[in-house]
Amino acid sequence: MANSTSNSESPSADGIQEPGRRDFIVVATYAMGAVGAGAVAWPLIDQMNPAADTLALASTEVDVSKIAEGQAITVTWRGKPVFIRHRTADEIARANAVDSADLRDPEEDETRVQRPELLVVVGVCTHLGCVPLGQKTGDVRGEYDGWFCPCHGSHYDTSGRIRKGPAPTNLAVPPYSFVSDNVIQIG
Amino acid sequence: MSAAKFSNPVVRWIDHRLPVFSMLDHTAHEYPTPKNLNYMWNFGSLAGLSLVIMIVTGIVLAMSYTAHVDYAFGSVERIMRDVNHGWLIRYIHMNTASFFFIVVYLHIFRGLYYGSYKAPRELLWILGVVIFLLMMATAFMGYVLPWGQMSFWGATVITNLFSAIPVVGESIVTFLWGGFSVDNPTLNRFFSLHYLMPFVIAGVVVLHIVALHRFGSNNPIGIDTKGPQDTISFHPYYTIKDIVGVALFLLLLAVAVFFYPNAMGHPDNYIPANPMQTPAHIVPEWYFLPFYAILRAVPDKLGGVLLMFGAIGVLFILPWLDRSPVRSARFRPLFRIFFWLLVVDAVALGYLGGKPAEGSYVVMARIATAWYFLHFLVILPALSIFENTKPLPKSISEPVLATTGEAV
Repeated sequence: MANSTSNSESPSADGIQEPGRRDFIVVATYAMGAVGAGAVAWPLIDQMNPAADTLALASTEVDVSKIAEGQAITVTWRGKPVFIRHRTADEIARANAVDSADLRDPEEDETRVQRPELLVVVGVCTHLGCVPLGQKTGDVRGEYDGWFCPCHGSHYDTSGRIRKGPAPTNLAVPPYSFVSDNVIQIG
Repeated sequence: MSAAKFSNPVVRWIDHRLPVFSMLDHTAHEYPTPKNLNYMWNFGSLAGLSLVIMIVTGIVLAMSYTAHVDYAFGSVERIMRDVNHGWLIRYIHMNTASFFFIVVYLHIFRGLYYGSYKAPRELLWILGVVIFLLMMATAFMGYVLPWGQMSFWGATVITNLFSAIPVVGESIVTFLWGGFSVDNPTLNRFFSLHYLMPFVIAGVVVLHIVALHRFGSNNPIGIDTKGPQDTISFHPYYTIKDIVGVALFLLLLAVAVFFYPNAMGHPDNYIPANPMQTPAHIVPEWYFLPFYAILRAVPDKLGGVLLMFGAIGVLFILPWLDRSPVRSARFRPLFRIFFWLLVVDAVALGYLGGKPAEGSYVVMARIATAWYFLHFLVILPALSIFENTKPLPKSISEPVLATTGEAV
């Protein structure tokens, strides 16, 4: 290997080598290798995301006409319980009477319902994920007459808002719409 | 030790306590390799790459696969249709299995041609045959998992082979099945073992490479390296040459995966397994066809099983069958002819293995089987004694340097 392939690779006067063709090729190779590795890695990682059939199960339809006033039902949506309560006039009034500035997670009751008598919330405590009590007759409903989470003592009111205890936010309201007078579609 | 080679202090700190960087440097960077290796030496690294691809895609597929007779077929179809990129990962897994065998067969035939199995590399060769056997077991069990017609009936035929063993045969088959036929217990244990085997293969591959590095690679003229004048460092010369091989391999794999993903498979495996109905022609995947041909060539059940395993058995003892002191076929003109006849014979066996065992196919399969064993058990030992080999060069560098008058 008597001759160098390019003058740009022999050291200059101060001993520093100029970048040459070989360096370009090496850097380009590693760069393409990195792009290739990323292109290979992405499908292998993305396949763990929900599959098409899982996403298709994202909606649940519920006939709400059978729920009597003061009664609540629990349905499954995306693997989680959803509480649907047909609220009494008293419960609605108490929900509206609260000044939202006093709430840890301020929300007006009317923004959480589409029809005031029908409250639809995801039945998962926003603290660490237990299912709160209050759906069955005889269940403890907490100091605010909504739901009570036995795991760490979070109390929710008649609008499903956190009033006392460690939960940071109100019970989530899932996206839902009325596909007919009596039937809602959640998700 | 060469810890001083690394400029990065973190690297030096780790290497002093766990010499992994020195080991990598010694194994794959500075490692002296014969400078005359041709492209037939690329297949080892391609086999290693194939193993990695199979393990990665396999682990990912196992996240969505269900190993139960009622759900297996459906879970594979779910992977194909619903899982994100599932079709791609599945097609890569099943086509790389075929490519793995293509690459390994070329690797084996390279070894046969250049005498890479000869002293002092006998154990290296034997470890390779062990890897080959493990690959066959893994591929066989993997093919059962989709629970198609060929999965089920191929499993039935091959597990039934063990009933040929006298006295204990039936009990062994019941033991393998976990029941009275290929059924859910069989599928479950095949899934477990199919997941396990590739890691056993990886372990034997490590031994294979350690054995290789003991004496270094063979080379096309079969003459030992005599010093630094005969070698070049593995990096960058053979790393880049291997990358060229990898690029071509991946290109061909992509053609298969994206344009002809089912070309090497059997359409019957898209029919869910039906224990009540046998397909017209049960055939294993193409890479098993030569052994299938040998199995069916023998009219006796036990004889067929013994000869089929014997076909791999002769590979184990090859270093002791061929004792010619000349390694490479380059200098063995008669051996070379018989080598190519063996290649033709292997391809013929593969072709016949895919045909029904009827008529003239039976006769041809018997001739091809007989020739296979004749080659290893008679011709090779005879050649060791009687062949007139061509004169060997003094060294790898000699033909090149002799003209410049430099030392050889």
